[in-house]
Amino acid sequence: MDLFDKFDQVVALRSSLPFEKADPFKVVVDEVISETEAVIGGRRTILAGTNNYMGMTFHEESINAAKEALDQFGTGTTGSRVLNGTYEGHKKLEATIADFYGMEHCMVFSTGYQANLGMISALGGKDDYVIIDADSHASIYDGCSMGNATIVRFKHNDPENLERRLKRLPEDAGKLLVVEGIYSMLGDAAPLKELLEVGKKYGCMTLVDEAHSMGFTGETGRGVAEELGVEHLSDFFVGTFSKSVGTVGGFAVSNHPKFDVLRFVSRPYIFTASLPPSVVASATKSIEAIKRGSNRRAHLWENARQLHTGLKEAGFSMATKTAESPIIAVHLPDVMMGTRFWEHLLLEGVYANMAAPPATPSGMFLLRISVCAQHTSEQISEIIKRFKKTAKAVGLNS
Amino acid sequence: MAQPATLKTIYDLITPINQKNAALAPETTFASDLELDSLTVMDLVAEIEDTFDIILPLNLLPELETIGQVADTVDKIVNES
Repeated sequence: MDLFDKFDQVVALRSSLPFEKADPFKVVVDEVISETEAVIGGRRTILAGTNNYMGMTFHEESINAAKEALDQFGTGTTGSRVLNGTYEGHKKLEATIADFYGMEHCMVFSTGYQANLGMISALGGKDDYVIIDADSHASIYDGCSMGNATIVRFKHNDPENLERRLKRLPEDAGKLLVVEGIYSMLGDAAPLKELLEVGKKYGCMTLVDEAHSMGFTGETGRGVAEELGVEHLSDFFVGTFSKSVGTVGGFAVSNHPKFDVLRFVSRPYIFTASLPPSVVASATKSIEAIKRGSNRRAHLWENARQLHTGLKEAGFSMATKTAESPIIAVHLPDVMMGTRFWEHLLLEGVYANMAAPPATPSGMFLLRISVCAQHTSEQISEIIKRFKKTAKAVGLNS
Repeated sequence: MAQPATLKTIYDLITPINQKNAALAPETTFASDLELDSLTVMDLVAEIEDTFDIILPLNLLPELETIGQVADTVDKIVNES
């Protein structure tokens, strides 16, 4: 028995996609010109699918801090946070994030994925319930699989559907409600006030993942909960450094007095090496810059609105009525059109994401763009122009 | 063995999404007989939950392959609550 036989269906599906000149799973970035441009397959390409929302990847202070840390502390810690992998930089980063969120405690994980894995698997014990949105990110689902809690799922962004489920749970059981600020595929924001209020009414502890909303939502960029003024309803915030912060890593913050015990019980925190000092140093500088980055935030939202309006006017079927985030997604009718559109667009010099099931909800095919604060208005106009050209070439909207 | 009424209610919930017109019986499987994709299954689970006013935990789902198994589980959860 070949253990790989079980993947035959995946291989068949994969090879049925009609890519001719480019392949979304084999994109190689040859050269990075700036936050918003790269050379892909020998072509100068506008990057419109990199989740680099705040454009921090070339932030001068972050780069300088990383270089200094590299010289001073070397390329890696070679150890777990609970052994030899906690340097002064890790502690400073945790203090910076705690200060940014105005909270008492912060734990830094090696990736955003592990932050969700580590929080959810540790908090959801055998007799507890973890209640999640049906469209949750894979890291939330995997955190559920890893823990021992009973998992209850409610309809995406639907407080009424959530309440019906919470009503059926034992009143005195431990409950963790997990939601996201912005959902990464459609770029739709959550009705956090309603969801968290229902959660609190039924005695849940609440966790909000602001991975795709940190940096540009809310007055200081803490996320959707800040924007809506409901941060007091959330017991934990989880976030990532691999989007707005421009590097890699993840974190969780909380005011819970016992929070630090998670350092001894959260396996994804313990059983992996800590972040390299250079990454930690650049994340610290980026978060400081994000806090005072209201100009970037303002320009990012302008870009998002310009793109949404432009594509809507061009006749594209938009995933959200307005620009709810810098994620702007358009519906494509099927996998064939999705494939051809993505490929043609790349050859036109725009890199976006083709999103297909199971990453997307309800079997949708999407072309997903993520806008950057460093995109110029001219680049946004150029993206719209190339979308129109591509639609014409592949026979969409006609 | 599941209550006939439970089975009937579940058949009624499946009928509108039974695009293959597969015969509905306790041994009918969701994956190979009904060929339901995971998203349709998710909606069906939510409907069963709301109809019986129960929770079908996500953890149980991988083990529920046939209509009969779901009906048995529903009865068990209803009796426990």
